[in-house]
Amino acid sequence: MTWVLENLDVIGGYTGAHLLQALPPILVAFLLSLPLAKLANSRGWLRTSVTTTSSLMYAIPSLPLFVLLPGLIGTGVRSPLNISIALSLYGLALMVPAAADAFRSVSRDVLGSATAQGYAPGARFFEVELPLAGPVLLAGVRVVAVSTISLVTVGGVLGVPSLGMLFVDGVRRGIAAEIAAGIVATVVLALLIDALLVLLGRAVMPWTRRQGVSRP
Amino acid sequence: MTGSPFLESLSWLVDPVHWSGPDSIPLRTLEHLGYTALGVLVAALLAVPVGLYVGHTGRMKSLAVAAAGAARALPTLGLVTLFALLVGIGLTAPLLSFVILAIPSLLAGAYSAVESADPATVDAARAQGMTEWQILTRVELPLGMPLLVGGFRGATVQVVATAMLAAYVGSGGLGRYIFQGLGSQNYPQMIAGSLLVIALALLLDLALLLAQRLTAPPGARAS
Repeated sequence: MTWVLENLDVIGGYTGAHLLQALPPILVAFLLSLPLAKLANSRGWLRTSVTTTSSLMYAIPSLPLFVLLPGLIGTGVRSPLNISIALSLYGLALMVPAAADAFRSVSRDVLGSATAQGYAPGARFFEVELPLAGPVLLAGVRVVAVSTISLVTVGGVLGVPSLGMLFVDGVRRGIAAEIAAGIVATVVLALLIDALLVLLGRAVMPWTRRQGVSRP
Repeated sequence: MTGSPFLESLSWLVDPVHWSGPDSIPLRTLEHLGYTALGVLVAALLAVPVGLYVGHTGRMKSLAVAAAGAARALPTLGLVTLFALLVGIGLTAPLLSFVILAIPSLLAGAYSAVESADPATVDAARAQGMTEWQILTRVELPLGMPLLVGGFRGATVQVVATAMLAAYVGSGGLGRYIFQGLGSQNYPQMIAGSLLVIALALLLDLALLLAQRLTAPPGARAS
């Protein structure tokens, strides 16, 4: 506990760096998953291959991906950008199947009625299909957010600053409290972002307030 | 492929030096497989019975769901380094983190496997006079087997990745190559180690995916 109180500025700095690496991949995964999921749902064979690719992608451990990416795209091994790009790929691997499920959960009859009422395809997507798919999409984003925040720490072994540095530094200097602080900070950060997403979900989807949004 | 580091990593991979001795690729691969098997097995002994109980009785379900969700937030590297520091060098420290990180997938796999059985089917079995144990082992488990295997699949992926990180604090396995390369600034060796871990992870995942398909009961499609 003393270690934590004496090093609050260090923890704060790492938390900031951590968020800077974690938030863009969550956003990118969410935004890109929408068109990719629509595309995947449009063809049966495409959907199967998307599901398979996603599950295989998720089987790849994060550190090897952090190591390989710089050689493929020319970022530095110690670059935070490298971590964010790798985590966007993981985010997509989780989010595209979730979004495909979300869009399939919207009743075809409802979409048909919207068309009959004169909705143009674009308006029908944004005003009918997307809001109805919202709760399942939110569940997907929450999983992506929590796992992304936890995975950022792996970059610590490569020297990329994040809360993971507390593990690397703690084990090097033999301070268990530093490692414990890193674990607690990471979990708390993940739970905070998760809670924010739930609140955001309630704000943009007021009709889900009654029954609440459940975890998948 | 931008050329040289990948080509160099290929020549590192085929170099006979790396195929014999205590630090050889076959030995490190076996070590990695051994860690994975041990971690998943110990975790399964603890998690599967609890998962089956939760799935069959429906008791403590929210607790199991919450545990699986919370575990996602646990940073793997944090557990690995913390146990290394508290327990010391040896097999116990990494094994503790493997087991803790494998439990949520197995727990979720086991309870969702049992729970996935159609309640009408379960009631029919009960009406025919089957005991609860018979319902579990002859109805619910065969129907949900692919989901249970799916739990093993998730746990395996998790432990393969964790076993690699354990090399950071002195364990063996394929992660060694990555951290040795990091220490000596040998990027081709880091790539070679990464390719080996990825190949192992994908092979195991595909094997368990196949097992998932094969255990699906004919005539009933679970999941």
